Amino acid sequence: MTVHNLYLFDRNGVCLHYSEWHRKKQAGIPKEEYKLMYGMLFSIRSFVSKMSPLDMKDGFLAFQTSRYKLHYYETPTGIKVVMNTDLGVGPIRDVLHHIYSALYVELVVKNPLCPLGQTVQSELFRSRLDSYVRSLPFFSARAG
Amino acid sequence: MAIFSVYVVNKAGGLIYQLDSYAPRAEAEKTFSYPLDLLLKLHDERVLVAFGQRDGIRVGHAVLAINGMDVNGRYTADGKEMLETDTFKLHCYQTLTGIKFVVLADPRQAGIDSLLRKIYEIYSDFALKNPFYSLEMPIRCELFDQNLKLALEVAEKAGTFGPGS
Repeated sequence: MTVHNLYLFDRNGVCLHYSEWHRKKQAGIPKEEYKLMYGMLFSIRSFVSKMSPLDMKDGFLAFQTSRYKLHYYETPTGIKVVMNTDLGVGPIRDVLHHIYSALYVELVVKNPLCPLGQTVQSELFRSRLDSYVRSLPFFSARAG
Repeated sequence: MAIFSVYVVNKAGGLIYQLDSYAPRAEAEKTFSYPLDLLLKLHDERVLVAFGQRDGIRVGHAVLAINGMDVNGRYTADGKEMLETDTFKLHCYQTLTGIKFVVLADPRQAGIDSLLRKIYEIYSDFALKNPFYSLEMPIRCELFDQNLKLALEVAEKAGTFGPGS
């Protein structure tokens, strides 16, 4: 069980942060990839809201293929936390919420020197996020 | 009904079959303490009320959770493509010929994996073997409809299909 990578987007589609832990193959240029990822999530969200037979509270939560599972968490302000893990991982909505509230809000939003709306430069945020993800119970150092 | 819709998509991406059967299920959450005035019985892998009636709960109602712990077991390792939201789970099975079977179901519904394979079986038996059906065209075969509806009912009750069923 492992975490492959993590993306953080803001409401305009700007990729605020990207880190990876286990990634087997790189495809394309990173900037293109962020746009592709954001576009895909945008389309899936509108697809899910159209297909849902009931009124939704939380909306789109996760999807999985035969190789990986993508977990999604969106805040009311439009900040999107996206984590790709392998298949053995269950619901981690609370983990993504913690990344938003205890890491992004505390270290970036409340930091007067961090400009919002662009990629996060804060080294503190990067290192805290890294150590938090490595401490997760479903993260193993060996690529699963 | 715990299975909301079934869609069949051909290789070009066109929708060739659609079945929507959404009926909102009435759910009442009641808190009871021991002793319970109902007689419960294990039937077909679900715990049903066999005797007794209380507060709108009648014979035939199923136990969903005990002390907040889900009885049915939510997260099964599918291995097929699956998309999850809080109100539904969308399962997709793509065949080697490029036909995609899409099922929208309740997130708690189990056995969708075998249901998808069963739908593929019904498709090959009643649509492909029908001499008047052309490939990749919309499916208008009565036997396909009938057997599909039967399979959905079986899936909702039992949750699994045995070999050769």
